[in-house]
Amino acid sequence: MEVLKISTGGGVDDGKSTLIGRILYDTKSLPKDKLESIENTSKVRGYDYLDFSLATDGLIAEREQGITIDVAHIYFSTKKKSYIIADTPGHIEYTRNMVTGASTSQVAIILIDARKGVIEQTKRHFTINNLLRVKEIIVVINKMDLVDYRKERYEEIKKHFNELLINRTYKEQVISFIPLSALKGDNVVVSSKKMPWYKGSTLLDYLENLNHDTLYNKEETRFSVQYVIRPKTKDFHDFRGYAGKIYGGSIEVGDEVIVYPSLTKTTIKEIFFHDKKYQQASNRSSVTITLNNDVNISRGDMLVKANETPKVSRNITSTVCWLNREQLSLDKVYTLQHGIHKVLAKVKRINYMVKTDLLDRENNTSVLNINDIASIDLTLNKSVFYDSFENHKDNGSFILIDNQSNNTVAVGFIK
Amino acid sequence: MKNRLEINPLESEAIYIIREVAAQFEKPVLLFSGGKDSIVLVKLAQKAFYPAKIPFPLMHIDTGHNFPETIKFRDQLVEELGLKLIIRKVQVSIDEGKVREEFGKYASRNILQTTTLLDGIEEFKFDSCIGGARRDEEKARAKERVFSVRDDFGQWDAKNQRPELFDMLNGEIELGQNVRAFPISNWTELDVWSYISKEKIEIPPIYFAHKRATFLRDGLIWSAEDDIVYREEDELVEDRLVRFRTVGDMSCTAAVLSSASTVDTVVQEIRESLISERGARIDDKRSEAAMEKRKQEGYF
Repeated sequence: MEVLKISTGGGVDDGKSTLIGRILYDTKSLPKDKLESIENTSKVRGYDYLDFSLATDGLIAEREQGITIDVAHIYFSTKKKSYIIADTPGHIEYTRNMVTGASTSQVAIILIDARKGVIEQTKRHFTINNLLRVKEIIVVINKMDLVDYRKERYEEIKKHFNELLINRTYKEQVISFIPLSALKGDNVVVSSKKMPWYKGSTLLDYLENLNHDTLYNKEETRFSVQYVIRPKTKDFHDFRGYAGKIYGGSIEVGDEVIVYPSLTKTTIKEIFFHDKKYQQASNRSSVTITLNNDVNISRGDMLVKANETPKVSRNITSTVCWLNREQLSLDKVYTLQHGIHKVLAKVKRINYMVKTDLLDRENNTSVLNINDIASIDLTLNKSVFYDSFENHKDNGSFILIDNQSNNTVAVGFIK
Repeated sequence: MKNRLEINPLESEAIYIIREVAAQFEKPVLLFSGGKDSIVLVKLAQKAFYPAKIPFPLMHIDTGHNFPETIKFRDQLVEELGLKLIIRKVQVSIDEGKVREEFGKYASRNILQTTTLLDGIEEFKFDSCIGGARRDEEKARAKERVFSVRDDFGQWDAKNQRPELFDMLNGEIELGQNVRAFPISNWTELDVWSYISKEKIEIPPIYFAHKRATFLRDGLIWSAEDDIVYREEDELVEDRLVRFRTVGDMSCTAAVLSSASTVDTVVQEIRESLISERGARIDDKRSEAAMEKRKQEGYF
């Protein structure tokens, strides 16, 4: 079954959790005991409606403050697809969680409160999803019930949002608009009778009809060796298998490959998945391969097809999003993890800040704080074998790890 | 037509995670409860390293309140696959005075096992524990990372979790810390059962409908076949056709009425089911935030 990963973003109180709760309710994905607990709590709090946000706001602090503070994953399925929603918080301090959610999603839902229209958060979420090259953006204009389901208000917000698109870097991104009310259930799963002027799909119909082949870009094949399998048993005495996940294209027995960094050329002998051999394996499958020549390969080495070579360098320029409270230090040595490959890295300079909001902010180029996005230059102790993020999402991204705290402090998108 | 491997995205993701654990850590262990999720984990680990053996041992934290069927099943599986199994008993922690047995109507050893687990981790210096937790089980689990760092007291700090981006897993830790790794984070109960069906994986018989002496309490059905679940005299014992959806500690795992006696009828039943899996676990009903609190204390 196809799995569709969606991230949601929006401002505080724009009804994100309510929307997700509504989807679960209308697709009959809420089990009886959860539904009962929502009904009970809603009643205790004196609401005259069901507070669907209770279905997702899980942590103690969140219930106290009534806001979402970390990425929560929600699952539901229809007959057609399995869905995973990364519910990311609207609070400005938690941009890092939004970046996290967007990094693994093919679709982003950006919520706008119909009363408030496009706000700073809207721009930030759009910029991040454009930066992360998320294929599809669905702009959900929520709380239409509170603006009397007026078409003019919807059109006005749509126009404002479209103004954000002028400077976007990822122009192929597909953007759609849906007016709805999560609280009342208009256009979420069931078509709204209150908005006859809207002729498009409901949110769920739109998701159901997305074609998965177009949700991944066409990319070159990259195979990083995760683990070398040497059973040394009687039956497999000389077996030397390279386990890893295929990113980009597919691989086939007989393919001529180059091994990085040694630049050895060889061909694929066998492709195993568990105890079965295959002629071909497709994008994103975890396989074990054997090679026709006896080459020395260890974890972190990368196999590519002979006519699809990556860039190789110790100096890279990259956009980064800073994820940690401790700011970037130009004197520090970080660990750069590119896929599964680790090298040491120093930040040479901050080139410029990338603005993600509507406010004019100072171009302070010596400090990077949590949630800042900037272009930086890095020097590495060893070469990485990479592509630009534009050409290859998985081989064009990395994380920076602080060697003292071991925290993941930044994510990078290589130029 | 070429012999082409068609990808199962969830299976491929789980195998990738298991391989990362084996590669990034020196002393991993797979936490094995005898339940269906951990049996599926063993199957995935087999696939990840074939034709080599699984390069880490299994550890079972034995509450002493297990369904006898699961223990028998566990021992068979371990022998068949030639795996190394470590067993650490909650009873020993009780005898050593490290934890105190709960008493009364709702007594359970479920919380006590955290101490035994942490002691086991320390004894063997495990730096990573692979667990079968899934995000769809419970609200606090929905926020858990795939690689979840625990400090040297086994504590989970929900608000300071490392962000996880793309497929990159950061397993860097200090001495004394460990990582809980959850390969089937993104699977739902239905995904697990569909996989059991597709792969023809054997699981203990208590997951299937059987006749059992039971009694009712708080709307849940409890096993009356052993002395483990406390029963008041006025709680009437009756035979019912039931199965279990989870096989945790007997003292806190209730049964559900069911006539599903095969994997496929169970899959069918879950599709139509209205009670969530953990709805039959009394440990989560203790309070709204029960699971989060237990996780902070080191529970998996």
